[in-house]
Amino acid sequence: MTINEAQDNIIADFEGLDDWLDKYQLIIDRGMAQKIDPQYKTPQHLIEGCQSKVWIHADYADGKVTYQAESNTEIAGGIAAMLVEILSGHTPREIMDADLYFIDRIGLKEHLSPTRSNGMLAMMKQMKLYAIAFNSVN
Amino acid sequence: MCEGGFNQSYDMLDINKIREDFPILGDTVYNRPLVYLDNAATTQKPRQVVECISQCYYHRNANVHRGVHYLSQEATEAHEQARESVRSFINARSTSEIVFTRGTTESINLVASSFGETLKEGDEVIVSQMEHHSDIVPWQLLASRRGIRLKVWKFDADGVLHVDDLKALLSDRVRLVAVAQASNTLGTVNPIKEIATVVHGAGALLLVDGAQSVPHFPVDVRDLDCDFLAFSGHKIYGPTGIGVLYGKEQVLERMPPYQGGGEMIDHVTFEKTTFNVLPYKFEAGTPDFIGSAALKAALDYVSALGIENVAAYESQLVDYMIGCLAEIPQIRIFGPRQRIGVASFLVGEIHPYDLGTILDHLGIAVRTGHHCAQPTMDAFKVDGMVRASVAVYNTKEEIDTLIESIMRAMRMFH
Ligand SMILES: Cc1ncc(COP(=O)(O)O)c(C=O)c1O
Repeated sequence: MTINEAQDNIIADFEGLDDWLDKYQLIIDRGMAQKIDPQYKTPQHLIEGCQSKVWIHADYADGKVTYQAESNTEIAGGIAAMLVEILSGHTPREIMDADLYFIDRIGLKEHLSPTRSNGMLAMMKQMKLYAIAFNSVN
Repeated sequence: MCEGGFNQSYDMLDINKIREDFPILGDTVYNRPLVYLDNAATTQKPRQVVECISQCYYHRNANVHRGVHYLSQEATEAHEQARESVRSFINARSTSEIVFTRGTTESINLVASSFGETLKEGDEVIVSQMEHHSDIVPWQLLASRRGIRLKVWKFDADGVLHVDDLKALLSDRVRLVAVAQASNTLGTVNPIKEIATVVHGAGALLLVDGAQSVPHFPVDVRDLDCDFLAFSGHKIYGPTGIGVLYGKEQVLERMPPYQGGGEMIDHVTFEKTTFNVLPYKFEAGTPDFIGSAALKAALDYVSALGIENVAAYESQLVDYMIGCLAEIPQIRIFGPRQRIGVASFLVGEIHPYDLGTILDHLGIAVRTGHHCAQPTMDAFKVDGMVRASVAVYNTKEEIDTLIESIMRAMRMFH
């Protein structure tokens, strides 16, 4: 599956939902299921948002990046989970070039508070930074 | 949905009529009626206040204390009438004791800077553990500037301060004690009168942070006998950007000026400048004379309702809110049962930010996070709380909506 196919799958999940609470339910469910290997729940892996904490780690093997993430809040965790799902299993170059349009298409951007969308941007940035680092190792 | 605790026949105030004065309360957010329960952060403004602001700008705008012309005199009179309103609202002896500031924060900083200059190395200041950062950080800055020691008066497991603990901290090195009359997080009301007696007995001064008390019940500085009282206009239905520092005249007289500029001077030469009389000595630059007039409109509004009536009504509302919240499974409510204004809580394992986000989408405005009182969070070993805080325009039905919405949010987190 390409990055865009993964994004389209997520968009499709949200498309049938009219009520924002149902959309949040989907995010929360993903957040509750999203875990990181406890050894990576360290300050080095922490992205500090305003009110939520998110830990991100990435591994690189066979030319592909695999992400893990977790948050102390379920909503940030759900967003991290979607990013993990979309970006894992791709090459650093694909990740660096990815246009993450799903955020606009599921309407996340308008509905998340500014502090939360800053946190989301920080997560995306951190994931791309991993890809850049792995790419330069190549 | 939740029985008891609320006197349906309460009729001293017509809350629905009051609500009509606040246009924002009729608004919707995310297509749901707004339930505004973030009043401890800032209150909404009645038409009377907003109209006062536009009338001032449209028809009475001129700089105060300087012009011979008609408009300037009118503006000056309005500004000084506002000072008189504040004086009467808190029952100060004289308008010389009422300094206009930008808000509680600036009022406290003024005291920390100016009174702080009279402190020497080795002197001590005591602050309570439940203070807002505004009543902690200025003292910390002072401590590092002047080598004084900051001591913390701790509260108990219910969030209550005990005067005996304060007595144990007092000594002849203590120059000032700073404490909130009401906590913005726990709702605790502290016994200021008793505290003042003890503090004065030790030869120190008492600064009271009235940000959360002045809007909610009658505050009489003469009866309390505090040396300073700070509060913000925007938390009592007034505009942002104006606040008050009350200081006893003989105390303010002995303090050096805070900022320098116009208004605060008597005579300026490059050799020597002399300063204006109280309260102008502490009001450098053009004051917020529109803000002061609008603050007067807000205080007039509250006085017309009767601050005792506001207190009585809100107290029922808060009792009802606490009673209903307490029935929610797995809830932790922080602070004593006897309280004013606010209810801070956590539900099960749900992060306050998540709960606040869902409540927001259900139309309910609450605050989440540390409420600018991180030491209070630390005392309860939490990172944050959800806080619902009331004003006179909130209703029992809104509390019911809050409770139903929390239950609904809980189901979303299984
Ligand atoms: C107890 C207390 N003190 C001080 C402040 C600071 O008030 P302001 O931001 O209006 O200066 C607040 C308001 O958040 C408060 O609740």
